[in-house]
Amino acid sequence: MASLIKLNKGLDINLAGAAEQKLVSVKAADKVTLVPDDFVGSTPKVVVKAGEAVKAGDVLFTDKLHPEIKFVSPVSGTVEEVVRGERRKVLGVVVVNDGKGTSVELPAVNPTSASADEIKSALLNAGVWPFIKQRPYNVVANPEVQPRDIFVTAMDTAPLAPDFAFVVKGQEEDLQRGISALAKLTAGKVYVGAKAGSKLQLNNAEVVEFAGPHPAGNVSVQINHIKPINKGEQVWTVSAFDVIVMGRALAGKVDFTRTITVAGSEVVSPAYAKVLPGQTLASILDGNVKHVEYTQRYIAGNVLTGQNAGKDGVVGFFDNTVTVIPDGGDTDELFGWITPGLNRYSTSNTGLSGLFGLFKSKKWTLDARLKGGPRALIVSGTWEKVFPMDIYPEELYKAVLTYNIDKMEALGIYEVAPEDFALCEFVDASKTPVQQVIADGLVKLRKEME
Amino acid sequence: MSNKLNNFIHEKIAPNFEKGGKFESLWSVYDSFHTFLFVPRQTAGRKGVQVHDSVDSKRVIIMVILALVPALLVGCWNVGLQHDRALGIDDGWFMQFLYGFVAFLPKVVVSYVVGLGIEMAVAAYKREEVAEGFLATGLLIPMIVPVNTPLWMIAVATAFSVIFAKEIFGGTGMNIFNPALITRAFLFFAYPKAMSGDAVFVRTGSALCDSPIEGTQVVDGFSGATPLAAVADGSFNPETFSTMDAFIGTIPGSIAETSTAAILLGALLLLVTKVASWRIMLSVFAGGAVMSAIVAAFSENAPTVAQQLCLGGFAFAAVFMATDPVTGCRTNTGKFIYGCFIGVMAIIIRMYNTGYPEGAMMAVLLGNAVAPLIDHYVVEANINKRAKRIKA
Repeated sequence: MASLIKLNKGLDINLAGAAEQKLVSVKAADKVTLVPDDFVGSTPKVVVKAGEAVKAGDVLFTDKLHPEIKFVSPVSGTVEEVVRGERRKVLGVVVVNDGKGTSVELPAVNPTSASADEIKSALLNAGVWPFIKQRPYNVVANPEVQPRDIFVTAMDTAPLAPDFAFVVKGQEEDLQRGISALAKLTAGKVYVGAKAGSKLQLNNAEVVEFAGPHPAGNVSVQINHIKPINKGEQVWTVSAFDVIVMGRALAGKVDFTRTITVAGSEVVSPAYAKVLPGQTLASILDGNVKHVEYTQRYIAGNVLTGQNAGKDGVVGFFDNTVTVIPDGGDTDELFGWITPGLNRYSTSNTGLSGLFGLFKSKKWTLDARLKGGPRALIVSGTWEKVFPMDIYPEELYKAVLTYNIDKMEALGIYEVAPEDFALCEFVDASKTPVQQVIADGLVKLRKEME
Repeated sequence: MSNKLNNFIHEKIAPNFEKGGKFESLWSVYDSFHTFLFVPRQTAGRKGVQVHDSVDSKRVIIMVILALVPALLVGCWNVGLQHDRALGIDDGWFMQFLYGFVAFLPKVVVSYVVGLGIEMAVAAYKREEVAEGFLATGLLIPMIVPVNTPLWMIAVATAFSVIFAKEIFGGTGMNIFNPALITRAFLFFAYPKAMSGDAVFVRTGSALCDSPIEGTQVVDGFSGATPLAAVADGSFNPETFSTMDAFIGTIPGSIAETSTAAILLGALLLLVTKVASWRIMLSVFAGGAVMSAIVAAFSENAPTVAQQLCLGGFAFAAVFMATDPVTGCRTNTGKFIYGCFIGVMAIIIRMYNTGYPEGAMMAVLLGNAVAPLIDHYVVEANINKRAKRIKA
């Protein structure tokens, strides 16, 4: 029987355009782009050239410091281009899909009998290692370390995110294989955070159920409530959505397909779809976006942590959602500071939608406007209401802002990832870019400490 | 709003104020007027949260201003009422309100013109948006000074406060002390004669400039002394003093502070909208009540608990001043401690510092000073917990 942890703090943003629980087929990816920026903390060393033929599973780039960490092509075809930006930074490696699906041969590994080293090299060679992140810093895990524990979150509570129970259907064996493999890599335990009532049954892992609004599914929150990270300790985190892909690789299959939700108020029929990481949003959303006169915003990921990628942008390596919402940049709304606010989404009681609780009961179409000017922090206490961890978010934010390393450590910087501050950023009346500040702080701190 | 007008604004007017435009240096001013009319068009960047709650600082500040309205209206009426009483006449509640309003108007104009002028100049210099904070401060200032304060004093004090209590710290959100209270404190220490005594809280001359009105004279035996002045010189009698008068607000005093009933109406709005912290408000009243009970138990002729909470600026400070989120405690635990501290200190200063009848202002400023310290220790508890986890 899994133990249950109830969380009261947090917020489910009730957006219109939630995915129906059905799988629709989308256009196959004619090309995919692997974006090194998805893998925070690693510097890419590209090993292919434009024009080179690759099979699915062939290495496109490796990590400069840890060449054993490989990033592989999800499709077979030809490398079209290595896109570079300022100072020759690699922005993406584009592979044109030949549709043949030829792939490299991977040995099948039985996680129950294989040793930790065998599992490690299998994961590294299959290119699924980068799914594992380490805390502190929320970067791709260092294979040389043995983590204290491994935390797997089997729930995505972000707005319009997929239901894990639906995604895992038919892939239970892959999930179990992945979990068993992870269990070999730590001296501690594999903890799996699952939605309350999901009755997820897994061997070689301890399932802990979580009830409550977003960010209950964020792995940091789960760690904080199960077994918090202390300075000097290292834990690994993986999303169960990605463990499925890892499980496939261990069975000898090169298959990076992920089931995501295609959702948002601008999507004609929001549903689940199987896509490849690096596939363009245009190919996924082909013919499924409302024809309107205003500008729309294509987001790779969910509305809290995703990126405004544009139509030609691609699904990230870790994304579970593709969202399309109105952009709002061409909207002029009169007297926002005094209108009653019945039709303006607000969790704050300064508007009627907040006062009457309509933000919970109604479905909302939100655009991407900040809806206010950036200011210094004025209102206090709102961040804490959406931050269900034993951490003072505002104090930690200020410590990061002033780059006071001692304070950052003391206040729990090693326990958090930028995504944990997404709701703080959402509710903040001063429109503070909290996630960016935390992300920059983590990068800077890692440089200093390592 | 027609599209034509919108396009005209965005294509013809806006570019003049943007970089390279004719009035580039006035961008902040333009922006403040434009955002007054329209919600900014700015959208989320490539990264970061892609949707936002529609609450912004304008909306928060406007709630404070709305909450001040009941106290302002009753306060203006009371200025006229006190005027009539002093002259022994009665020309009806509407004329009384009008008298008070005319007396108040020049003050608020001066405070806004001086304060917003400085804020806009600083914002233009820094090429930042004009923050809304002063909209509340600028209304608070004329409400917490005696009705007979000369306009030039308000101008000087407002300028001092905006520059030295706010802008040098970095503007709205960065200040350590409440700017409205700094204005009041500046006036009190720089011009003590104009801030205390029997004559300053009741205007006996004409509404606009206090010049003597022909054919009128102050009735014999009228005293414009505030009840707290009576407490200070020992002539206060808790049994004959009507607590109801203090609650409704028909006693001499500044516009903001006299009517506890109106203040509580404002408090209701602030609490319902959650703009002010109930933790702070409740604990200021609780701290004040406990301390008043202690004082009443040990000294004769001390006001009762109810009288203490209705008199002077106590209720106003509890509802509007202590709850300023920028200068108060920011942690929830800290807010309770901070509120109690202010409540207790306000009564102590009021009762035991005879040279200084009104303690609420000083108590809040003192609270502002210790708020970071209180927060520090609250956060320290969390830090220690984390440190202990490592040892365990």
